[in-house]
Amino acid sequence: MMTSGGPALQTRDLAVGYRTRRSRRAVLERVNVAVRPGELVCLLGPNGIGKSTLLRTIAKMQPALWGTVELGGADLRSISHAELARRLGVVLTERVVVDALSVRQLVGLGRYPHSGWFGGLTDRDRRTVEWAIDAVGARHLADRDFSRLSDGERQRVMIARALAQEPVLLLLDEPTAFLDVPSRVELMGLLRQLTRDARLAVVASTHDLELALRTADTIWLVMPGGEIVTGAPEDVVLAGGIGQAFEGRQIRFHPEERSFRLLTGESGDAEVRGSGLRAALTAAVLEREGYNVVGSSNACLLSVHVQESGWHAMAEETESSGANFAQLAEFLRARRAVA
Amino acid sequence: MSRRESAVLAALLTTLSIVFLLSLAMGSTAIPLVRVVRALLHPGDESNPFAMVVASIRLPRSLTAMLAGAALGIAGLQMQTLFRNPLADPFALGISSGASLGVALVVLGSGYGPAVAFGTAMGLRGDLLITVAAIVGAALVLGLVLIVSSHLANPATVLILGLMFGYAVSAIVTVLVGASQPERLQQWAQWGFGSFSGVTWERFKLFGPLILSGIVIAATTTKQLNALLLGENYARSMGLAVRRARFLTMLGASILGAMVTAFCGPISFLGIAVPHLCRGFLGSSDHRVLVPAVVLMGAAVALVAQIVSLLPGGGTVLPLNAVTSLMGAPVVIAVLLRSRRGAFAG
Repeated sequence: MMTSGGPALQTRDLAVGYRTRRSRRAVLERVNVAVRPGELVCLLGPNGIGKSTLLRTIAKMQPALWGTVELGGADLRSISHAELARRLGVVLTERVVVDALSVRQLVGLGRYPHSGWFGGLTDRDRRTVEWAIDAVGARHLADRDFSRLSDGERQRVMIARALAQEPVLLLLDEPTAFLDVPSRVELMGLLRQLTRDARLAVVASTHDLELALRTADTIWLVMPGGEIVTGAPEDVVLAGGIGQAFEGRQIRFHPEERSFRLLTGESGDAEVRGSGLRAALTAAVLEREGYNVVGSSNACLLSVHVQESGWHAMAEETESSGANFAQLAEFLRARRAVA
Repeated sequence: MSRRESAVLAALLTTLSIVFLLSLAMGSTAIPLVRVVRALLHPGDESNPFAMVVASIRLPRSLTAMLAGAALGIAGLQMQTLFRNPLADPFALGISSGASLGVALVVLGSGYGPAVAFGTAMGLRGDLLITVAAIVGAALVLGLVLIVSSHLANPATVLILGLMFGYAVSAIVTVLVGASQPERLQQWAQWGFGSFSGVTWERFKLFGPLILSGIVIAATTTKQLNALLLGENYARSMGLAVRRARFLTMLGASILGAMVTAFCGPISFLGIAVPHLCRGFLGSSDHRVLVPAVVLMGAAVALVAQIVSLLPGGGTVLPLNAVTSLMGAPVVIAVLLRSRRGAFAG
């Protein structure tokens, strides 16, 4: 199935959620999604909507309420946990606390489903471990103690451990959650590279919407109602799903820039005259101070002209100029205080 | 295995051999080491006045100490890894309290008369009756904890459950102690001191194989324990049947703890400290080296405790339980302070 280009993962009318003794409470219903080998999927959606529950169900860490999950064409229920561990690698959100274990030893734990009774490693196991360490670019960390690594390094090592299982599908629950910005970008780059080099299918849930839209091949967007919208990032943006899922009273999604803006109130329209980076940054200051930046028009209450020497702002009742953006922001705040 | 790991294992083996000989030399009369070695090599030697003492009294005592130490060490290691808690030990599920309840009921309670009568009828007398009572008490508490814990998903909750059972059972024991006659308290206190000397060859025939097979079975859980290092969720994602592994590990470790308690009395500290000492020396959490190290270290530490308890001389013997605690607590504190962060610290 796999080699003939079928999906690595497919769900059919899957419902995920929790069962108590008396009832089943579905969090997400009628989930029909698929991932092909070599595809990077980012799972997006508001907090608490059920992303982790979906991933846990696909990983057979909790049972599906209804419907099926198929891994390489086989029903998940017919795959034993031991067999599943050879097809599916998982990186969880929980922070791993372990002392006195080297990176190489920890990655070696990933050979668990392949090794014998006492967990001794063969030469082939060792080669796979070294391959996994190289694949995540952790060669220089191999002999370090895992507990002394940074969060970003730990996440790489945990991925290497999952790779050592030699899976066809890799599931990651918010892998970028505790990372600083450069590490986030690097990590998503790594996931993308793994799909290309190792023909791995990767599904990662994340809150890093802008990064996901730039990196993923496919987006699974969980809408507030529980419906899942899928497609290439640009198609999902064009359909307006992102705004619907995330916009609130305070933020707006800007499809052109594929990013969110904070709304701080309406101080009126303002226009920016000037060009290049300075003009863009001037607009940013205006927006932060609550102005709606519009194209050039005569109806504007406020007009800011910006050039290399500094800025010059004109309003009907007052005008001012300065050299840097801090002064501009101060002028705008003073003006609002008067109004 | 790294060079450091091999060196530590070799050092442990050497230390164990030395302490083993020392433990045979010490007792109510000191025996020269040369004579000890000769007695071991030629057990039936009539010309060696110490051969009989070594062979029939001190050898079973030392072997008991070694097996008990190894058993407590490996059971402690299992529990610490399973619960990811540095304070877990073989008695974490309240079995120590269960055993003392069994003993208290027989020794202190109104059950004394009937129990002795029953014991006599079954051919059980004195110490052996106490052993059976301890096993029954431990088994009852363990059974209860295991039944209740099978409904719990969170290992930390299981640990708390064991703790609560322990407290409740200890309270019953305290009530029994409070209401009992002074002359029986003496026998009760004696059991509470702990001792390796109570296991004669006769009883060792039962104790030895039981504990040895327990240790061997525990040693086969090495791979599962390694998988559990990353927590139950990761262990499951790597193909471990977590619930079953947890149940079997708790059962195995508790039985080891219960057996040792039944035959030697409650011996605290060993089960907690030995795994910490081994992690500190080895600088590794890999159970493939930890398990053999813990067995060797546990045996050696138990022998040292046995030797120290005899140090006052002149027939005075310090309570073994007190020795293990007094000796061990500072050592563990030193190990924890020396490493930059303690084991399991995050």
